[in-house]
Amino acid sequence: MKMLVCVSKTPETTTKIQLTADNSDLDRSGVNYIMNPYDEWYALVRALELKEASGGTVTIINVGPAENDAVIRKGLAIGADDAIRVNAEGGGSLYIAKQIAAQAAGYDLILFGKETIDYNGSEVGAMVAELLDMAYVGEASHLEMNGTTATVTRDIEGGVEVVEVSTPFALSAAKGMAEQRIPNMRGIMMAKRKPLNVIDPVEATATTSISSYELPPAKSAVKLVDPEDMTELVRLLHEEAKVI
Amino acid sequence: MVLVFAEATNGKFKKAAHEVVTYGAKTAKALGTTCVALTLGTVENAGDLGRFGATKVYNIAVSNGFDSGVFAAAIAGAAKALDAKVIVLSHNSTGKNITGRLAARLDAGSAPGVNSLPEVSGDKLTVRKTVFSGKAFADVEILTDYKVISLSGNSIPVEESGSAVDVETLSVDLPSAKVKVLETKRAEGITPLPEAELVVSGGRGLKGPENWGVITDLADALGATTACSRPVADVNWRPHHEHVGQTGVAIRPNLYIAAGISGAIQHLAGVNSSKTIVVVNKDPEAPFFKAADYGVVGDLFEVLPRLTAAIKAHKSL
Ligand SMILES: Cc1cc2nc3c(=O)[nH]c(=O)nc-3n(C[C@H](O)[C@H](O)[C@H](O)COP(=O)(O)OP(=O)(O)OC[C@H]3O[C@@H](n4cnc5c(N)ncnc54)[C@H](O)[C@@H]3O)c2cc1C
Ligand SMILES: Nc1ncnc2c1ncn2[C@@H]1O[C@H](COP(=O)(O)O)[C@@H](O)[C@H]1O
Repeated sequence: MKMLVCVSKTPETTTKIQLTADNSDLDRSGVNYIMNPYDEWYALVRALELKEASGGTVTIINVGPAENDAVIRKGLAIGADDAIRVNAEGGGSLYIAKQIAAQAAGYDLILFGKETIDYNGSEVGAMVAELLDMAYVGEASHLEMNGTTATVTRDIEGGVEVVEVSTPFALSAAKGMAEQRIPNMRGIMMAKRKPLNVIDPVEATATTSISSYELPPAKSAVKLVDPEDMTELVRLLHEEAKVI
Repeated sequence: MVLVFAEATNGKFKKAAHEVVTYGAKTAKALGTTCVALTLGTVENAGDLGRFGATKVYNIAVSNGFDSGVFAAAIAGAAKALDAKVIVLSHNSTGKNITGRLAARLDAGSAPGVNSLPEVSGDKLTVRKTVFSGKAFADVEILTDYKVISLSGNSIPVEESGSAVDVETLSVDLPSAKVKVLETKRAEGITPLPEAELVVSGGRGLKGPENWGVITDLADALGATTACSRPVADVNWRPHHEHVGQTGVAIRPNLYIAAGISGAIQHLAGVNSSKTIVVVNKDPEAPFFKAADYGVVGDLFEVLPRLTAAIKAHKSL
């Protein structure tokens, strides 16, 4: 099975978000970047498990600038066979999806993360699936392959739905799909020699633009309530917060 | 025209559907146009959506079982047939499967997971969405003719502004389904977390699944949905769908009560949009207190039963 795993680069999960003076962007000084956790822990690792179980290849793709190569190399160190980087920056979700779709012919399975933890879009995977006229299963927490047929469990509000699809199809991976893997020394050494093909973007226009960012209003200090007096807490929730 | 996709579960609308129609009606007003609602498949009392501001409801017959390709084609087909340029849907599990497909199909700009009504100036439409898992907001300008917006749950209050309207059947060309639904398993009788207004959540401080009674008793007294921190779901003390945070469900209830949860940044990422946060923790230094509106420093095994009793007393007044 030929598998393509779409990986993005995001600020590390503990990053304290600060904005530039004009609020036009995240203040990127001192921010550590990682591979988007859903892409790395779940989408990539499940693809590698399927390859280990029944053969095939795992290619990773990123749409981004040269500085993303470090994240791509990490994916190769974890075990992907080769990588594609579409040399482009910005453009928004549909722009990114068109770049991925242009490289995605011939794959049996395309895996995404359920969302990027910076933009929280949950949309690039569905876009690629539509552009390629493929089945798509979003927020998948379980995937079993049986030849060309797959049984996929997807998270829904308060439960799960189990579906059947045939290759080629796309999915976005959520927690439950696989367990995080830490690259070992051998993987890191081998990654240096694996192919990373840099490709020029196809023509596409941006469909959205972010005009500014804002931080949520600072929380006022916590009001402490006597642990013996929960009647007081109920009064505050009823009369002051008006939530009960 | 604004077209709203109102989802029905087992033929019935939930709060999310009322929210999107309210949102669509208000957006239409700002744009000086009308809002119509689209329902797919068999739906009871579809015309009822008029109460939330839809001037008309359309229905397209689709085969049973959810397929994102079929749903996106139906919504895009309706948008074209009705010449609706702004399309609104819910940012829930169904919406997340459709929004991207719809945007790609219409070559449209999309704003997934918005929290407030759009700013309209001339043809320009800007919407605010959460980014960085609730740690910031971004104002997204949609640059295309067709505009796709998905609304986060509990972002705007449902408002009734009209009465039931006519339902008309629409027929558009649909592709055949590529996904076959084998089974749907849903906890019955409980408001699912993303829709819940009141949530009671437990962490590792509970020590074991056998102690969860203090959480469920409080939730029952409040009529709240239960949630948990990630390590609790990881070791199967609680079901996976209860896990909130960065890697779990992101929620924005009116009230979030967290007991025995330290308040790690990845936990906060999923709950910091809650309107009011109450933290019960025996450690006064627990980071969660910094994000809380009300804090109780104490042993949860004593505090929670006391709170449950106080809630019951309040409700019986
Ligand atoms: C990339 C990444 C993603 C993550 N995603 C998530 C996520 O989505 N959701 C999530 O929750 N976590 C997530 N985590 C884990 C997170 O960092 C924390 O480890 C986790 O939230 C801690 O869970 P906890 O608060 O239940 O447990 P602990 O941190 O062990 O806290 C237990 C708390 O209970 C208190 N306590 C103990 N006994 C009592 C008592 N009798 N009465 C009152 N208080 C008591 C303690 O003082 C303590 O504060 C993620 C981590 C990473 C690295
Ligand atoms: N720049 C990118 N390059 C490659 N894949 C991406 C990129 N951005 C997003 N993706 C993929 O699309 C998924 C969903 O992204 P989003 O719609 O932004 O939440 C991510 O988890 C990745 O798998």
